[in-house]
Amino acid sequence: MKPAPFDYVAAREMGEALEALHQGGTEARVIAGGQSLMPMLNMRLARPATLVDITRIPELSRIEAKGDNVTIGAAVRQSTLERWPDLADRLPLVRAALPWVGHTQLRNRGTVCGSVAHADPSAELPLCLIALGGTVTLRRRRKTRAVAARDFFQGMMSTDLAPGEMITSVTFPAHQTGTGYAFREVARRHGDFAIVACAAIARPDGTATLSVGGVADTPRTLDLPADAQGLDDRLNEFAWHLQARDDLHATARYRRDLVRQLGRATLKEALSCRD
Amino acid sequence: MPRLTQDETHPVRFTLNGRPVSARVSPRTLLTDVLRQEIGATGTHVGCEHGVCGACTVQIEGEPARACLMLAHQAEGCELRTVEGLATDDALSSLQEAFREHFALQCGFCTAGILMTLDALFLRQPDADEGAIREALSGHLCRCTGYAPIVQAALAARNRIKGGPIDA
Repeated sequence: MKPAPFDYVAAREMGEALEALHQGGTEARVIAGGQSLMPMLNMRLARPATLVDITRIPELSRIEAKGDNVTIGAAVRQSTLERWPDLADRLPLVRAALPWVGHTQLRNRGTVCGSVAHADPSAELPLCLIALGGTVTLRRRRKTRAVAARDFFQGMMSTDLAPGEMITSVTFPAHQTGTGYAFREVARRHGDFAIVACAAIARPDGTATLSVGGVADTPRTLDLPADAQGLDDRLNEFAWHLQARDDLHATARYRRDLVRQLGRATLKEALSCRD
Repeated sequence: MPRLTQDETHPVRFTLNGRPVSARVSPRTLLTDVLRQEIGATGTHVGCEHGVCGACTVQIEGEPARACLMLAHQAEGCELRTVEGLATDDALSSLQEAFREHFALQCGFCTAGILMTLDALFLRQPDADEGAIREALSGHLCRCTGYAPIVQAALAARNRIKGGPIDA
């Protein structure tokens, strides 16, 4: 399995990348770590005419903690974020989720923004971005825009990214005192795609959210009021609402049950670790 | 702007096991193919070619990664290490020696990739415990040994590298 032919542009600065993407239009794709895109190219599920490599653009390799946000550039590798000294303090949910992202050999090349761009419904980083209410910053030649994660992911491997446009960074809201976070996942083998992944956030006022990946076309979120009565009923309703499907890895029924059981356990853990 | 066109070959240069190497390949050439077919370093094996099996794992800038999920031109200027770089002066590395002693391979197809992952693990984490070893190995498929001898060999190699007891 080898990729179909393409032109390769190793951009050295943002202007070059944006120009190449503009010229390439719908036939151009960005490559950073390539851990999601290269399998697609090798299997010829994707056949772009132009690949624009953005990893040599210095400004895209930055992790910036500013105020209440952490902004991660499009060339930042997952393993770089994993080793960021402030990760546990600033992004405890992402810290809990990262070990579940593929295997260490893949995280060494794969980027945070690449996983977001790929928008696999069972991927952990898009789930965290939606759970935390983060944003995606997109740029094309003369326009920059920021899109809320909940609007960016439109369906299975489908996003709001326009032709000629690239993700330059994603922004995660940082940890707030008194908030608890938990991440749990069930996969056939650690590092495989999630059958169901859950991210829970418990806030100081008692409200909580549960976000679930691996079931619907995009990660979905359930907002729970303070002292939620009838949690089991709400989780059951949420599980049915996600319209789980059977596939090779699990039945719809098993997925719904995981949403109920794993969802409850993840919420409980988030509530118990509020600091 | 450096655009490498699809119909032609273009030069790529990187360091392989401490020596500078170069080749001319088209943009779609995978790193595995430039290593094996252009440079002749056939120790790196090609299995699934979509990042699942781990047979093609090499070290890029000291970190284990899939050579089948990387274009040759993405390696421009990089420091690469493959299984050919482990032995020195005809002597096997401690890790290779432990694999031999513990019968940690049968067909040997997955071994090169596993060695590169474990070598990088012990460089970063010389006291890696069995959990960390198994976690690192989870990115590799071996259909012969059932992993038990591989884990035994890895523990023995770790002890030898650390200067501890030789048998795990």
